[in-house]
Amino acid sequence: MTDEKCSVLEHVDVGGGYRRLKVASPAIVKDVQAGQFVHVRVPQLDESSLRRPFSVFDAGDGVLTLLYKEVGRGTKALGLVKAGDEINILGPLGHGFPSKASGTALLVGGGYGVAPLYLLAKMLLKNSSAKVKLFVGGRTAADILALDEFRQLGIEVFPATNDGSLGEKGLVTVPLDKEIAALSASSAPFEIFACGPDPMLKAVSERAISSGAKGWISMDRHMICGVGACYACIQKTVRGNSRCCIEGPVFAAEDLVWE
Amino acid sequence: MIDVSVSLGALKMPSFIATASGTFGYGFEYVGAVDYSKLGAVTAKGIRVEPWPGNSMPRHCEVPGGLINAIGLQGTGVEHFLSITVPWYRMQVPSVPIIANIWGDSVESYARVAAKLGGAVDALEMNVSCPNVKAGGHTFGQDPKILAEVVSAVRKETKLPLLVKLAPNVPSIAPYVKACEDSGADALSLINTIPAMAIDIEKRRPVLANVSGGLSGRCVHPVAVKMVYEAYRVTKLPILAMGGVYNAKDAIELFLAGASAVAVGTSLFTDPGVVSSVYDGVVDYCSRHGFSAVRELTGALN
Ligand SMILES: Cc1cc2nc3c(=O)[nH]c(=O)nc-3n(C[C@H](O)[C@H](O)[C@H](O)COP(=O)(O)OP(=O)(O)OC[C@H]3O[C@@H](n4cnc5c(N)ncnc54)[C@H](O)[C@@H]3O)c2cc1C
Ligand SMILES: Cc1cc2nc3c(=O)[nH]c(=O)nc-3n(C[C@H](O)[C@H](O)[C@H](O)COP(=O)(O)O)c2cc1C
Ligand code: FES
Repeated sequence: MTDEKCSVLEHVDVGGGYRRLKVASPAIVKDVQAGQFVHVRVPQLDESSLRRPFSVFDAGDGVLTLLYKEVGRGTKALGLVKAGDEINILGPLGHGFPSKASGTALLVGGGYGVAPLYLLAKMLLKNSSAKVKLFVGGRTAADILALDEFRQLGIEVFPATNDGSLGEKGLVTVPLDKEIAALSASSAPFEIFACGPDPMLKAVSERAISSGAKGWISMDRHMICGVGACYACIQKTVRGNSRCCIEGPVFAAEDLVWE
Repeated sequence: MIDVSVSLGALKMPSFIATASGTFGYGFEYVGAVDYSKLGAVTAKGIRVEPWPGNSMPRHCEVPGGLINAIGLQGTGVEHFLSITVPWYRMQVPSVPIIANIWGDSVESYARVAAKLGGAVDALEMNVSCPNVKAGGHTFGQDPKILAEVVSAVRKETKLPLLVKLAPNVPSIAPYVKACEDSGADALSLINTIPAMAIDIEKRRPVLANVSGGLSGRCVHPVAVKMVYEAYRVTKLPILAMGGVYNAKDAIELFLAGASAVAVGTSLFTDPGVVSSVYDGVVDYCSRHGFSAVRELTGALN
């Protein structure tokens, strides 16, 4: 873990209220795992504002890429950062996804929840012979992010939108259930990796558990420190009150306790 | 060379900066991000005898100039602290003294945790801003008589340097300072968080699951300066001062008001580099103003 002063290389609007931020971050990128996150000090906020946590979308060649949505005060202010600016980023933080899978790896994301799945897809393809498929949900086509990049990795992509503007109409569980049924019917091994809104993660966890597959679920909890020091970011698990920032953000599906 | 070492009673600190309890985990979580060579002590997160789950989520919210928290003292209990946490801390951070912050819900439970800790840590800090279950939920720190009782009970059980951490929400600090002095405290910690609350106007509900919490950060600093100033005028006990220290100026204000050492807390969350910047800034101030030791700053108001 380092608190690195990173110089901004590129900051672009990718539509739908989402932006992509690229920074030079050699120290953090050196030992990052897919599913880990970074804690960003937003330079435009005053000194008493907390940092904001974001997943690592991509990391390589000393460059760290984040993909984020503007939702409030901090992400709005972060939008003002320009190429050449310096920002402080603490990372890499938390426990990420396993970097190997056996059989088929089903990656499930919703909204900015696809962010950690891109580096994960790259790692899985590099470290194992797993077949990787992405299931991605959103309200509308604008919430389905980075599809081209995922496709360029050579993986199959199954979008679903509530309004039917892209892919299947309905929740991401519609195409996911078809795939799980097909894999289960042929007794083919698979694992599930998911990140997104809580209701989606709960639905995915239930499916992992009921199909006997391993499920790796990345949770999103409000944080203060991001390093395990303050106990603000609690996720209930079979072990009790776990800290999302250090014992997570990725938890095994069977360990999660839903309220 | 400026002498940066200070002491709080028998607790010798290699530097004048500590970390505030609850903001720095058990001391090792910030390895890699904080320059430990500039720390004089770390204060661990509050512990009591038994494990405690803490409050429901949400446990915090950001407010202008600060933070309201209601973590609720989640912890694994003193046995785990002694067998796992302290040895791990000593291995990770061999050179920085550790202060255990203790709490309880009765006089006896404070005494018990102090007794169990023995000499495993370098000092004890009592958090007396907890409800006294046997006395209708009033906090120990809000009645000088009960405060004296609980401090005496802990004093009997420990030979370690004993700090008592006082709450700022009292009409006058003097009777509490006196109670600590008379019951064997070696030093005071000032200030704990200030009771506070925020409401989500869209949901028309309190933001925190616990309804209210404790305010800390930038906005509490002037309150800390005043409490330290008032306590210093009525006591010889050394003061570990905290509350909204974000830079060297904030720390120097507390020294001039009467602090013997300062702690950083909420500011660490935004900038773990605050330890270094406060350290360097205070040393620089001492050279510019002709002080040869940081301890000469204590109470050095004109
Ligand atoms: C491990 C992790 C990974 C994340 N990865 C991404 C990502 O890759 N892309 C992305 O767009 N977003 C991500 N988020 C969510 C992101 O942190 C929030 O959207 C952001 O903090 C909102 O800040 P704000 O000031 O704009 O919102 P405000 O609502 O104004 O924030 C107020 C406070 O609440 C916190 N907060 C609000 N919403 C969230 C949330 N959903 N999760 C955590 N804290 C929140 C803020 O940090 C801030 O402290 C991630 C969150 C976590 C915990
Ligand atoms: C998240 C959080 C947890 C805290 N937990 C404790 C605790 O366990 N025991 C205690 O005595 N004080 C606790 N405090 C109070 C701090 O130690 C400190 O007294 C207070 O926050 C003021 O300093 P600051 O403004 O620099 O943070 C906590 C504060 C915060 C922000
Ligand atoms: S955010 Fe502080 S422990 Fe997780």
